Amino acid sequence: MLSYIAHRLGMIVPTLIGVAVLCFFMLRIMPGDIVELKLRGDGVAVTEEVIQQERARLGLDKPLASQFVDWMTGLATLDLGRSLWTDKPVVEEIGTRVWVSLQVAFMATIIAVLIAIPLGTLSALYKDTWIDYVVRVVAIAGLAVPSFWLGMLVIMGLLLLFRWLPPIETVSFFHDPIRNLSILIWPALAVGYRYAAVATRMMRSSLLEVLKEDYIRTARAKGLYERLIVVRHGLRNALLPVITVIGVEFAFLIGGLVVTEQVFNINGIGKLFVQAVGRGDFTMVQGLVMLVAVIFILVNLAVDLLYGVLDPRIRSKA
Amino acid sequence: MGILHRTGRLAALATTGLATTALTLGLATAAGAAETPRRGGTLTFAVTAEPPNYDCHANTSFAFIHPVAPHYSLLLKFDPANYPKITGDLAESWTVSDDGLTFTFKLHPNVKFHDGSALTARDVKASYERIINPPKGVVSARQATFDAVASVETPDPQTVVFKLKGADASFLANLASPWNCVYSADKLAADPKFPEKNVMGSGPFKFGEHVSGSHWTGQRFDGYFRQGEPYLDGFRAVFMSSSAVTNALQGGQVQAEFRGLAPADRDRVKNGAGDKVQVHEAPWLASLILVFNAKKKPFDDPRVRRALSLAIDRWQASTALAKISILGPVGGILRPGYELAASEAELTKMPGFGKDIKAARDEAMLLLREAGVTGLTVNLTNRNVNMPYTIGGVYVIDQLRQIGVTVKHEQLETKLWQSAMSSGNYDMAIDFTGDFMDDPSLNLTKYLSTEISPVNYSGQADPLLDKLYAQQRGETDKAKRAQLVREFERRAMEQAYVVPILWWNRSVVLSTDVKGWEMTPSHYLNQDLADVWLAK
Amino acid sequence: MTTVTGPIPYRIPKRRGPVLTFIVQQPLGAIGLVAIVAMVLASVFAEVVAPYDPLEVNYAAILAAPSADYWFGTDAFGRDILSRVIYGARTALAVGVLSSLIGCVLGTLLGTASAYFGSTTDLVIQRFVDIMLAFPIVVLALVVVAALGKNVIGGIDVNLIIAISIPIVPKVARVARSAALSVRQMPYIDAARAAGFSHSRIVMRHMIPNIMAPVLILFTAFIAQAILLEASLSFLGLGVTEPTAAWGLMLSGNSADFYEQAPWVIIFPGLAISFAVFAFNLFGDSLRDWLDPKLKI
Repeated sequence: MLSYIAHRLGMIVPTLIGVAVLCFFMLRIMPGDIVELKLRGDGVAVTEEVIQQERARLGLDKPLASQFVDWMTGLATLDLGRSLWTDKPVVEEIGTRVWVSLQVAFMATIIAVLIAIPLGTLSALYKDTWIDYVVRVVAIAGLAVPSFWLGMLVIMGLLLLFRWLPPIETVSFFHDPIRNLSILIWPALAVGYRYAAVATRMMRSSLLEVLKEDYIRTARAKGLYERLIVVRHGLRNALLPVITVIGVEFAFLIGGLVVTEQVFNINGIGKLFVQAVGRGDFTMVQGLVMLVAVIFILVNLAVDLLYGVLDPRIRSKA
Repeated sequence: MGILHRTGRLAALATTGLATTALTLGLATAAGAAETPRRGGTLTFAVTAEPPNYDCHANTSFAFIHPVAPHYSLLLKFDPANYPKITGDLAESWTVSDDGLTFTFKLHPNVKFHDGSALTARDVKASYERIINPPKGVVSARQATFDAVASVETPDPQTVVFKLKGADASFLANLASPWNCVYSADKLAADPKFPEKNVMGSGPFKFGEHVSGSHWTGQRFDGYFRQGEPYLDGFRAVFMSSSAVTNALQGGQVQAEFRGLAPADRDRVKNGAGDKVQVHEAPWLASLILVFNAKKKPFDDPRVRRALSLAIDRWQASTALAKISILGPVGGILRPGYELAASEAELTKMPGFGKDIKAARDEAMLLLREAGVTGLTVNLTNRNVNMPYTIGGVYVIDQLRQIGVTVKHEQLETKLWQSAMSSGNYDMAIDFTGDFMDDPSLNLTKYLSTEISPVNYSGQADPLLDKLYAQQRGETDKAKRAQLVREFERRAMEQAYVVPILWWNRSVVLSTDVKGWEMTPSHYLNQDLADVWLAK
Repeated sequence: MTTVTGPIPYRIPKRRGPVLTFIVQQPLGAIGLVAIVAMVLASVFAEVVAPYDPLEVNYAAILAAPSADYWFGTDAFGRDILSRVIYGARTALAVGVLSSLIGCVLGTLLGTASAYFGSTTDLVIQRFVDIMLAFPIVVLALVVVAALGKNVIGGIDVNLIIAISIPIVPKVARVARSAALSVRQMPYIDAARAAGFSHSRIVMRHMIPNIMAPVLILFTAFIAQAILLEASLSFLGLGVTEPTAAWGLMLSGNSADFYEQAPWVIIFPGLAISFAVFAFNLFGDSLRDWLDPKLKI
């Protein structure tokens, strides 16, 4: 097990270096100039000289190779540089926003698990009944509805039905949990729906596999109550693929957040990312991509390890 | 929606122009004077973008002014109730020498910075020198407006003297610019970049906190030099996307948004919040302009440019577009209603502004034929921002179709539009003007040769226009200046490198609790909040 | 992989075309297929089907409620939403199908080459695929679309299609590689090698045709995802731009201002996206059950 973890961790480093390199060069071909946008975007007659000065100040006039060396050496010391737009350290800008996004992601995961396990189980136990059909349709719809649109519908529903809208400014959960939840529950629901849908489908199909096993077939004859008991034994095996899918889908969740944060005006890393891309703030985009890649890789690693803990066969394979 | 809405969602007014404005402003003033201001309370307002850093001298966006202006004092300012009258801020009084080259300012005594230190002439001098001659690494966006200044002197701690190399008709007005914050000379001496990361002024409000992407707060500065002001305990600027503003206003989550709303949004808030909101409307000191790439065929031929300008029926546009957008008043290169702007009679004589659109279009087609251009197909490069760019673009395309010109609409994200403009990679494009005050030296920068004024993206090179511009700037006699400006305008419209499409309307929605705020044609002015108070 | 006909004597094996077989065996998939065909027809014949020109601005009918004249109402420009939804299908299908196609072709080539050549090539390609997979799809597409800018050819933004296809490549490559690995064990590949066929001939003629089933399934699945992605990017203002009719774009801008005044501005384009993705998902799922039930996407 230890060597397996070590092996996996060892693989992370080259992958991250690859992400850093790819990201750097991809962004440098980005058209548009942040300095010009910043100084002339409002129509003020700023002279070329001033533009060049600012470019020099931000280090954008340095040769590409030297910028690249700066970026890579910075990464090695966990220094992501400064935002080209605000001139504040990228780490600081991300630091003030990342927790909100993680909270929404976490809440969406909880929502997904809370919905998926009972619904998927129900659907499998009552296969080919109306319960099953309803669950399946709801789940397939979950894959089709864009989370940002669902978010808009949620806002519209709150406004039209209750004449109420969530507060504008996000506060920390520890500072004011009720206010915090009254804001963040909606985006969590919007992005959590898809997540729940995927997990429900996986729960259903893996439980159906389990139900095919001999010992369960035997128990089937004894009636529903006994069946439930037996299913509970099999549930552990049925959960494995669900955990995997939750890990794999985490990337989707982050993607969904990028768009949905705009809808709910959530001051998280998704909104920051879209802003940074729009402005051509290279350093900020690079920093965010690295962060997201790290989170993504770590979540997948955690899922694999959890899988190993739950299923001894994996451990020996590694 | 999208990103970078800085100039995106602006405001509008369905009714026409000037009379209404004067009325609105007049009424607001009268009402403000009738009540005694109440102390206390925190004003919460929305800002639809966020300042990148804290340095007044380097910034250009309203998103900077709205949260930052309350922290600083200026030397002069515009009198909000009597725009464009200039009044003193730090300056108690001033005199101008007969030759117009020496300006002497007496400062208010007992002005204190937020850290308790005294503000004297030294601080004013240091701040202006930073603008005029920025030290290395400091950006001064409006350096060029002060190129007439020969020296800034401080004969005594309460007196500042500006000496000019030559007459500059715009000089005094530029000293009232909301961007010229007065910083502490000591702080600047220690670190010229101090204001980038710190807010330390002498304005009515002390800096509270700025949480990136979320909000900005200020607290009442008890040592403010105007007795009894400010009335508010503090303010809170909340950063939000423009699509969230209407909901926030309607739900009472914010009490104001000072930039301006589009007509549909204004009406929605009014319908939803009823008598809980007040609406202020005025013509806006901003216009939508059409830029031809004079370096590219066929727009290197003035006849073609003029023909396309002639095809646009601005008078019809004014009534049609005002209903759905912030676009409205017909005007030339200066804001209609400004004392130096062309009168309607003068305007209608210029190409593109005549009221007989049929005659204009016949002339346009004749010009095209003369120039040997038939079946013209061109791209219109525009910003990917609905209000008012898309609306203006769609209108222009429809107008040009009527003289047989086929136009493809190419809408780009702001950043890409900006780079297409400055690299000259377009046929014709929609651009905008937006200034903090009416002043030809400032407002004409989009109409000068590209060499002198890089924000004119047409690639124009017209020595005559540049000469007229320099002359008007040096002409302190108002009537003569007006003449020169008119001459400039006529030439600019005939050559048609850049032509106005329509001017904008501004409408600001506030909670009825907000008092003492005055509407001006510019969303950059009158945001120090010293006079603003809350009824409850 | 084709029709399963048992050895049971009383059942006469019928020769049915694969489409018919599919319809009989996968009724849900057939529904998806019908929906897809309807969408394709609507978008191909949009000029005939749509009641209005999708770009036609009508200042007299701004934000008109759904009525006999405007079934889905009109938007802030007075443009007919139904017509824009129909033309939007054209955008969605063009971008969806083309990006999924490009992604699948590149992914298949990469994955098969990786499996066929093995050793260092495999290692390098796999590293590359790992790196690409470390980017969440939306993040990768956003960065690529921003990096490439716009390049409109024939009314379609080619760079947008490329940006959407890039995140698909590594996912397809991974599946294609594992499918190709099992094909590679087959004796006929050894035979082809012994016969001295060129690498490209073996890969193109002998390996790729034998892994078409999973690739086809992925192709359908990724059309749905590409449509979603295009809608998201356009919503963010980084995809299709005005005045082109596109579903995500219709939801962006100030459409959120009309929650109360004109909810149809928001409802119909969103329904269109959901409907299209739903149809492709339904069809894709059934195609998988039919061709290769064990495939995990």
